[in-house]
Amino acid sequence: MEKWDDNRAWFLVLPVFIVVAFSAIVPLMTVVNYSVQDILGPGQTYFAGTEWFEEVLHDGRLHEALWRQLLFSGLVLLIEIPLGIMIALAMPKRGWGVSACLVTLALPLLIPWNVIGTIWLIFTRPDIGMLGVAINKAGIVFDHTASPTDAWITVMLMEVWHWTPLVALLCYAGLRAIPEAYYQAAKIDGASGWAVFRYIQLPKMRGVLTIAILLRFMDSFLIYAEPFVLTGGGPGNSTTFLSIYLVKIAMGQFDLGPAAAFSLIYFVIVLLFSFIFYQVLQNVGRREKQ
Amino acid sequence: MALVLQGIDKIVGREVHLKDIHLKLAPGSRHVVLGRTLAGKTSLLRVMAGLDRPTAGRILVEDRDMTGVGVRKRSVAMVYQQFINYPSLTVFDNIASPLKLAGMPKADIDRRVRETAAMLHIDNLLDRLPAELSGGQQQRTAIARALVKEAQLLLLDEPLVNLDYKLREELRVELQQIFEQRSAVVVYTTTEPAEALMLGGNIVVMDEGRILQAGPTPEVYRHPATMRVAEIFSDPPINFIKGDVRDHRALLGQAIQMPLNGHMAHLAPGPYTFGVRCNHLFLKSTSPEDVAIRAVVELCEINGSETFIHINYENTRLVVQDDGVHSLKLGREVMVYVHPCHLFVYDPEGKLVASPDQSCYVDR
Repeated sequence: MEKWDDNRAWFLVLPVFIVVAFSAIVPLMTVVNYSVQDILGPGQTYFAGTEWFEEVLHDGRLHEALWRQLLFSGLVLLIEIPLGIMIALAMPKRGWGVSACLVTLALPLLIPWNVIGTIWLIFTRPDIGMLGVAINKAGIVFDHTASPTDAWITVMLMEVWHWTPLVALLCYAGLRAIPEAYYQAAKIDGASGWAVFRYIQLPKMRGVLTIAILLRFMDSFLIYAEPFVLTGGGPGNSTTFLSIYLVKIAMGQFDLGPAAAFSLIYFVIVLLFSFIFYQVLQNVGRREKQ
Repeated sequence: MALVLQGIDKIVGREVHLKDIHLKLAPGSRHVVLGRTLAGKTSLLRVMAGLDRPTAGRILVEDRDMTGVGVRKRSVAMVYQQFINYPSLTVFDNIASPLKLAGMPKADIDRRVRETAAMLHIDNLLDRLPAELSGGQQQRTAIARALVKEAQLLLLDEPLVNLDYKLREELRVELQQIFEQRSAVVVYTTTEPAEALMLGGNIVVMDEGRILQAGPTPEVYRHPATMRVAEIFSDPPINFIKGDVRDHRALLGQAIQMPLNGHMAHLAPGPYTFGVRCNHLFLKSTSPEDVAIRAVVELCEINGSETFIHINYENTRLVVQDDGVHSLKLGREVMVYVHPCHLFVYDPEGKLVASPDQSCYVDR
C-alpha cells in the first residue's frame, strides 16, 4: 500500500528545487529558446524550427573540432589516470613526507585556469621561456605558435601538469582507506607486489577511480581557458576544441541561434559519454577469473 | 609444530608493545590470548606470524631459530577482525588463492577448496563475490582461506568481534569443532572472558604488553594469580573488598566477619583484599554458612535474562549477578549473601594467597 498521507517531504525538497531551477533550468531554457529562433535584432525574432540544429550538425569544422576533442580527452584519460595511480602508489604513507607531497600536488589545482595558460605560454616560448629555450638549445626546433604538433604537445603537457594531481590525490585517499590487514593477509598468502595491486588496491580504488575518470573526462571535454590563453586554438585550427569553436561562433560571429543549438548538442554529448563511462565502470572488473 | 617464544620485546618508538614474553606452544595445542584493548594481543600475533620482527628475544620453531625469517617462509595462516577477502575474486578464487600461489595442481585445489567450503557451510556460495555476502559469510570465507592452507600455525585475531551475537555463538561452536580436527597450533585472541572459557584449551592473560598468567583455562580461571588477572578474567570484573585477618577471623570491611575455614585456614594475620565473582553473590541465602552483606542499591542493569545489581557496601562498589529480570528500587537497602568458600584472597601486593578449592564448586 502506498502512503499518500505522508507526502510532506516534497515541501522540504522544494527550496532546493527552486534554487536549481533558477541557477540551471531557467538559463538552460533560454538556450533552448535561442536554438529554435532566428534573432535579427531586439524584438525581431522568428521561429526557425530545427534549422540551426541541421546547420550545426552539417558543419565540417564542428566535426573536426569534435574529433579533436575526443582525441584530446582520450589522451588525457590514457595519460592522467595511470600516472595519477603511479604517483599515489609512490607517495609516502606516514611522516612529514605526506604533507610535503600533498601540498606540492595541490599547488597546480589552486592556480586560476587562465593563469595556468599564461604560465605555460611564457614557460614554453622559444625566445624567452625556460622550457622553450632549453629544448631549442638542445637542437630540437620547438615552437607551439608555428607547429601544430608542438602546440598539441604543449597543451597536453599543461593539461597533465594541471590535473594529474587531482587523480593522484583521489587515488591516494582510496589507497589510505584500505585496512592494513589486507596487506598483511596478502603477505601471509605470499602474494607478489603486482598481485597486491591487481587484486587488492585496484578493486579497492574502484570508487575513487570512477569519480576520477568521470571528472577528468567531463573537465577535459569542456576545456576552454587554458588552451585559449596558450594557443588561441591555433596554429590554424589545430587546437580549436569544442568550447573554443563554440565561443568563436557565439562571440566572434554573434550567431546566437547556431551557438545555442551547438551548446545543446554539446551538452547531450557530454551527458551521453558520462553515462556510458559510468555504466561501463560500474560493471568492469566486478567479476573476474583469476 | 612446536613454537617457543623466548624473552620477546617489541618496542616501537617509545611505546612498549610487548615486554618479556616467554611462551611455549606445544604441537596441536590451542591457546586463547585474553586481554583488554591495547594489551598487546595483536602485536603478539604479528610477532608469532613473522609479520613483525621482535626488538629482542628469539622465536623457535621446532627448535630452529626463526626470529628473522619472514612470513612468506613460515607456515602461517591468519584471520582478522575485519573481513579480509580479495574484493574482485569469487569466494572460490578467494579460498583458492593461497593454494594457487603455492603452485598446487588444479584438481587438488578444486578438491581442497570444496572440502573447506563445505566445512564452513559456504559451498553454495562459491560463485559469489565477497560484497554479495553477509558479514558472517564473508568471515567464513576468510576463515576458509586461512584453513585451506593447512598451515602449522593458525592465528585468529578477534575473528568474531564484528559479527552479531547469534552468528558469533554459531561460528564459535563450529570453530571449536574445526580446531579439534586440526594438528595446527591455534592462537585465538579475545577481550571476552566468556569466549575464552567457551573455547577452552590454554589461556594467556595479557596486560600492557606483558603476560600476567598462562596455563590451562579452567586452572587460571579458578586461581587467578593476581588481582589484575582476576579483573581481566571476569565479566563484569570481580568484586574486591578490603579487609584483614585478625584473631582467627576474617574481616571484610567493618561489618562482615567470618571464621577462617577451609581454604582460608592458613591465613596469617594482616591486611588482605577479598575478591568474589559477581555470580557468587546472591540475593537469597542458600546455606547456613552464608555471610550477609547489608548494602544499598545504586544501579540495575538488565542483560539478556540476567540482572546486574550494582550495590554500595561501605563505599565499595559491588556487582551482583542475579538470574531473571528484576528491577530493584535505587537507594533501597538489600541483603546480599556470599558463601565464604567462594572468596579469593589477595595480599597487599595483589598476589593470590588463597582461592576457592574444588570442593566448593562440587558441593554447591
